[in-house]
Amino acid sequence: MRIEPERYELFEAPAYTFTLDRREFLGVAGVLVTLTFTGEAHAQTTPAGARIHVGDNGIVTVLTGKVEVGQGARTEVAMAVAEEMGVALDNVRVVMADTSLAPNDGITAGSRTTPSTIPAVRKAAAAARGVLPAGSVKPVKDWTVLGKPHHRIDAREIVTGAHQYPSDIRRPGMLYGSVLRAPAYAATLASADIEAGRKIEGAVVVRDGDFIGCAAPTSHAARQAVDAIAKTAQWKTAAHPASKDLFEYLKAHRSTSRQPREQTRGSVEPALAEPAKKLSGVYRVPYIQHAPMEPRAAVAEWSDGSVTVWTGTQNPFGVRDQLAQAFRIPASRVRVIVPDSGGGFGGKHTGEVAIEAARIAKEAGKPVCLRWTRQEEFTWAYFRPAGLFEIEASLDAGGRIAAWDFTNYNAGTAGIATPYATPNVRTRFVYCDSPLREGSYRGIAATANNFARECFIDELAAAAGADPLEFRLANLDDARMRGVLEAAAREFGWERRAKTAGIACGTEKGSYVAACAAVRAEGGRVHVDELVMAFECGAILNPANLRAQIEGSIIQGMGGALSEEMLFENGKLLNGKFAQYRVPRFRDVPAKMRVIMVNRPDLASAGAGETPIIAVAPAIANALFAATGARRRALPLRA
Amino acid sequence: MNVSFTVNGKRVAVDTDPTRPLLEVLREDLALTGTKYGCGEGQCRACTVLMDGRPVTSCLTPVRAAAGKSVTTIESLAGGGALHPVQQAFVEEGAMQCGYCVPGMVLRTVALLRDKPHPSDREIEDGLNGSLCRCCGYPNIVAAVRRASAAGAGKESSDADRA
Repeated sequence: MRIEPERYELFEAPAYTFTLDRREFLGVAGVLVTLTFTGEAHAQTTPAGARIHVGDNGIVTVLTGKVEVGQGARTEVAMAVAEEMGVALDNVRVVMADTSLAPNDGITAGSRTTPSTIPAVRKAAAAARGVLPAGSVKPVKDWTVLGKPHHRIDAREIVTGAHQYPSDIRRPGMLYGSVLRAPAYAATLASADIEAGRKIEGAVVVRDGDFIGCAAPTSHAARQAVDAIAKTAQWKTAAHPASKDLFEYLKAHRSTSRQPREQTRGSVEPALAEPAKKLSGVYRVPYIQHAPMEPRAAVAEWSDGSVTVWTGTQNPFGVRDQLAQAFRIPASRVRVIVPDSGGGFGGKHTGEVAIEAARIAKEAGKPVCLRWTRQEEFTWAYFRPAGLFEIEASLDAGGRIAAWDFTNYNAGTAGIATPYATPNVRTRFVYCDSPLREGSYRGIAATANNFARECFIDELAAAAGADPLEFRLANLDDARMRGVLEAAAREFGWERRAKTAGIACGTEKGSYVAACAAVRAEGGRVHVDELVMAFECGAILNPANLRAQIEGSIIQGMGGALSEEMLFENGKLLNGKFAQYRVPRFRDVPAKMRVIMVNRPDLASAGAGETPIIAVAPAIANALFAATGARRRALPLRA
Repeated sequence: MNVSFTVNGKRVAVDTDPTRPLLEVLREDLALTGTKYGCGEGQCRACTVLMDGRPVTSCLTPVRAAAGKSVTTIESLAGGGALHPVQQAFVEEGAMQCGYCVPGMVLRTVALLRDKPHPSDREIEDGLNGSLCRCCGYPNIVAAVRRASAAGAGKESSDADRA
């Protein structure tokens, strides 16, 4: 099953129904934004002149619609230009994600910058240098910049605090905003006295439909205005399920509007009916939150009916279109600029904060800076989908997998296809009516699908009485997957440690990963003593950044594996704070963590920011089983 | 009311509600946006500044608590264009992904190395454990602290505090 990664995202766009002008007819249809991802086609056809500008001073400026959220795209784009044009990296400037200047390279998601944007940049740079035939790029063997380790080109601005993140943008006369939030999911505003907010000195208040926002000369005063209105607000609440009942709820609330998606190979039913060794298992993953260090932020400034918004989003052109639709103006009157932002992880694909800031700024007649609080980010940003998995499989007499029947409720389709060479396969994805707003995440559903699959593969290996590594190799034809498995096993010393350790592998978005882990159970918690990962994404563009992405994925993945889980009841999050929602810290880093980067200069470069994360949770869960004999089928894992 | 304190060696007087967080006053009234908001609950330490040389979470510190004190923010660490050895070490180790946590990490490191010029890895992890990096770039940050220590940043830290 091959689906373009950007097309299958579970995605709920922000919906704002603005009246904007009291004279307008009330009851304009709600804004429902459907994004279409045309960026890649666009990127390939952008003329070199729109991308590359060579200054008289020898400085080369390259333009891209991609954003930098910590994944290293800015430096990678600069390296690509330096390589193809033969200029020093210091002489390359990268202008990113300004919808009025840069070509539309699509959303920064799906690990597409490396396989899609980098080739487009390289071709444009080669064309700008006058390389013939037009746009032919340097072969890997001739690389002198790409393939070598380079740290961030803007490191100095970052360590001195000079870099302005979206939340740091300041404009003349700028006010600070705050928004009235519902006290619970599914609650709607019955009444509120906005005059209470206007009593705060300098406060501007706007009410438009259910939206109430304030602005004031300081954030403190804006919050005071919102708090004053909140005291007068009456809300209509509605029933909302609790996280403890989530999986029953999902199964009972299959979508009535979207049919399940199914892929088959061979025929599972007769294969499962045969008298063979048969196993079934149920796996669960909870909602988790991205919790980037910088919560959503935007500064909006109107001028002559046009609006400029500086905001942290992975989707600048999409947010431009969302703003245009929310304010019913042509996209040509909207400019979105994305300063390099404080983390994304798939969590910033939408433009809520941009739309809110623009709505308040329109009322105030001044630029408005709106920064979501951590609590707002936890509560009102979308979540990584929860998922329920029902798996059934059988083994043939030779101990190979004969049939594989995999049903996923709600988690999404990324990485749902089994990489194992099983003759009879049925893979189903069942859409559900999610009680929480859902969207992308690092690796999106591949983490959940791979957790369920790789743990169940381990269960099959145990049932077959086989070594988990040998069992995988016996059922895998894909040479690249076998390559990373063998590389990780060799580095870890699997052969002599197989009885006390865990292993897992996976492939997604064109790259391959395998991990081995050794863990201890202590006081109900799982401690990861050692984690070895082998990762292969074709020709490595920047080994320093690749290592950072892999290490970051391992440690971030340990959060989802061991501690992260959104708890909610009566429409309220029970742990929407860092004090209650534990993310990985310095001391959680495994004492022994080793990364093997398998370089394949003969293969096209694939993205690497996401896929390493998918092997982390199953390797740990399988190691926990090896260490304790306890098979844990739900994340986060408890000892 | 007027709150007077020293920021990066300069005396400032701010006419403000004294309960406002120091973080907000630094960013909004004094345009020092290098100090970051991360959680407002003192749990991530992105908002770390030094107050009379000690690291504090400026999101939980009311500005009145800074009255008469000396506050050091990330903006003042690089003197005369040269990076502080801790900043230099972060650059050389590539100890940043999105970089949003870096100002707080750098200031925590300055304070850590002043107390313990040559910390063990365990002491580095303990010293910085409350500082969150959601990109989870912890290994490179630990390497940067080691490098800064080897470069003698502990001594420089003491000098910076007195400045």
